Amino acid sequence: MNDNHEASATPTTGEYPPGQAPDAQAGILAVARAQVLGRGEGLGEHQVHECLTLPDDRVEDLLALAHEVRMRWCGPEVEVEGIVSVKTGGCPEDCHFCSQSGRFESPVRAAWLDVPSLVRAAKETAATGATEFCIVAAVRGPDDRLMAQVRDGVKAIQDEVDINIACSLGMLTQEQVDDLAAMGVHRYNHNLETPKSHFQNVVTTHTWEERWETCEMVRAAGMELCCGGIVGMGETIAQRAEFAAQLGELAPDEVPLNFLNPRPGTPFAGYPMVEGVEALKTIAAFRLALPRTILRYAGGRELTLGDLGTKSGMLGGINAIIVGNYLTTLGRSADRDLEMLGELKMPIKALSQTL
Amino acid sequence: MGGGAGVRFSPVTETYCDHCGAVLTDGDHRRCRAAREMEPPRYCPECRRRLVVQVTPTGWTAGCARHGTRTAG
Repeated sequence: MNDNHEASATPTTGEYPPGQAPDAQAGILAVARAQVLGRGEGLGEHQVHECLTLPDDRVEDLLALAHEVRMRWCGPEVEVEGIVSVKTGGCPEDCHFCSQSGRFESPVRAAWLDVPSLVRAAKETAATGATEFCIVAAVRGPDDRLMAQVRDGVKAIQDEVDINIACSLGMLTQEQVDDLAAMGVHRYNHNLETPKSHFQNVVTTHTWEERWETCEMVRAAGMELCCGGIVGMGETIAQRAEFAAQLGELAPDEVPLNFLNPRPGTPFAGYPMVEGVEALKTIAAFRLALPRTILRYAGGRELTLGDLGTKSGMLGGINAIIVGNYLTTLGRSADRDLEMLGELKMPIKALSQTL
Repeated sequence: MGGGAGVRFSPVTETYCDHCGAVLTDGDHRRCRAAREMEPPRYCPECRRRLVVQVTPTGWTAGCARHGTRTAG
């Protein structure tokens, strides 16, 4: 991690400590309107905290402002993505939320997806109108076998399917970053997962800084950076604000926002789901921290928000979704999500807009 | 997609819960059935072996070394 990031812990221009703002609770929305909607400058940590602690009767106002920000700085299009696991389970890391860690008594067994199946999954994704297809592996970082499988898979998809290819293969070496860029991988996902101050409670087998370094290498190689995390892993509201600010500092092209879906056998199996209203506040606050990013609905939204809440999030800052199934769990049918986007009159981003 | 939608396999004697692996007649498996709406099966209902499961964007396959593969989607 670089020195600039260390410096981000101190307030920057436009921030102030909680409770010291003029007309603190109602005032933050007026401040955000001028700062984020007007000038396109994301909220800082303390400002995000004020949004996250607004009373529930202000949530509609918060969502409405976040939607205005999204429309102004990103536009009405929604980016649709499908994902598939090329290597499932048996991961040596101990991410406490993950059913694919080999360290826990999870029912998830190791599996590999062959190249023809990978191409089939990409075709299924493209058929929904999606412009992004992400190949994911449960690993610390890719070994030679996985890199070879990904190389063959990317080539086969490029030959047969008109879709952008993203990868999520854990921590990378510089050589691997360069290899993926040379293959034509358009975007790389590597989540920070949780704020720096909470990371050691979530993962002990690697550090937050190691993740940050991979993110920096990805961007330096010219790939788009996708970096987000999971809400509801025991972090405080203040730490949630810290996380938004850290993502603001990193400034990824895309931020996938997951809500914890507690998995049997993992250390977080007994954690409660995030309440719907809390999830909506988080979505809106993250949009106000990251006015220009692609803010994507990822795992857990079906259970945390349900149908109505999902729509509210789409009208509260979200401008991208994962459609269909996830890596080890199932999602809503793509048809239902596409129908929802039609009802909301939100066009699906076309491939020509992503190149 | 619902957990049972489009499942293709021969009729079997389901002794075990395919979500938690416990004997079906032991305890209440209503929560397991609810969870299965958003999850693939994890245990073979005939022998309770853990299944090798591959989830894809529109479906899943779940293989048991003894009792074969079930698919959905």
